[in-house]
Amino acid sequence: MPDWTPPTPVNLVDLGFMDSRSKLIDLAAFLDRVQRAGQDGDFRVQALKNALTLLSQDKPQRAKDVLLSFSDPSTEPIAQATMQGAIGAFKA
Amino acid sequence: MNYIEPHGHMVSRTTDDYERMALAGCQAICEPAFWAGFDRASADGFYDYFRQITEYEPKRAAKFGIKHFCWLCINPKEAEDTKLAEEVIALIPQFIDKPGVLGIGEIGLNKNSRNELKIFEQHVQVAQDHDQLVLIHTPHLEDKLKGTRLIVEALKNFPKIKPERVIIDHVEEHTIDHVLDHGFWAGITLYPESKCTPNRAIDMLEHRHAERIWMNSACDWGISDPLAVPKTMQAMRHRGWTPEMIQRVAWDNPRAFMGQCEKFTL
Repeated sequence: MPDWTPPTPVNLVDLGFMDSRSKLIDLAAFLDRVQRAGQDGDFRVQALKNALTLLSQDKPQRAKDVLLSFSDPSTEPIAQATMQGAIGAFKA
Repeated sequence: MNYIEPHGHMVSRTTDDYERMALAGCQAICEPAFWAGFDRASADGFYDYFRQITEYEPKRAAKFGIKHFCWLCINPKEAEDTKLAEEVIALIPQFIDKPGVLGIGEIGLNKNSRNELKIFEQHVQVAQDHDQLVLIHTPHLEDKLKGTRLIVEALKNFPKIKPERVIIDHVEEHTIDHVLDHGFWAGITLYPESKCTPNRAIDMLEHRHAERIWMNSACDWGISDPLAVPKTMQAMRHRGWTPEMIQRVAWDNPRAFMGQCEKFTL
């Protein structure tokens, strides 16, 4: 395999700002919507709000930490699978 | 630029998708056995499915100049029924020497249950007994971290299974280091909503210098994009990647991993 050649530096803000801005507003609107509907007590909404606090940290590992915050932290197999799908946020 | 789609469930895609992939530069598609979207009633359903991916699908791909390879197993979503799973595993040896079969996969875990783990280990035993490559599916969303750790631990009980002959797929930012640091290959799945976007994939590739990583669309019957790999290659160009490094991820890496099986020829 050849050695790693780093990409030529490009303006990543130019490339990604508008898309990120749009997604953030969409998230804000979602939180407004579920609150108005009285559904903001749902554990998934709470998991989102908890994850949002991780965005203001200073280390460049926000995506990893957000994913960890949604994850089942246990280590032993469960006795039996009672469903096939996943929800997106761990419910203790 | 030519590329390899190392993980696509073409039985659930249209012929138009084959054409679009060929036009985008796809030279080979590798199809792991998977869940059909519903639980099959008996091992007979898997017998027909194995015939489909070993005999029929290669012919469909060939019409568009694409080589088709596959992997065999029962998906972990159907592993809770251990009797069915063991009957399906017993079918594998009669298909394993077919020309396009690359190994055992996509095995793994879904909800991280004891039965899933038991059936996963039985598949790994088949791979060890027949000296096969292994392609591993990691669970979805909140179950991925735990499942990835359980899979890595379980593989330690199979000393003849070499990490460099195993790819652990669907990694994300919280699991990729664990997989690569244990010597395995890692797959990044470009799947809208539930897995990884092109830009996140490129972030991870840059973070790990594209080491032992492939990317795939995992296109199936769900919301997925069979052109996700060439679209990500385009995003790499926007982010300043050289043609050589794009080729490394889209062509050289999957070729290096699957080339460990002598049947993988392009």
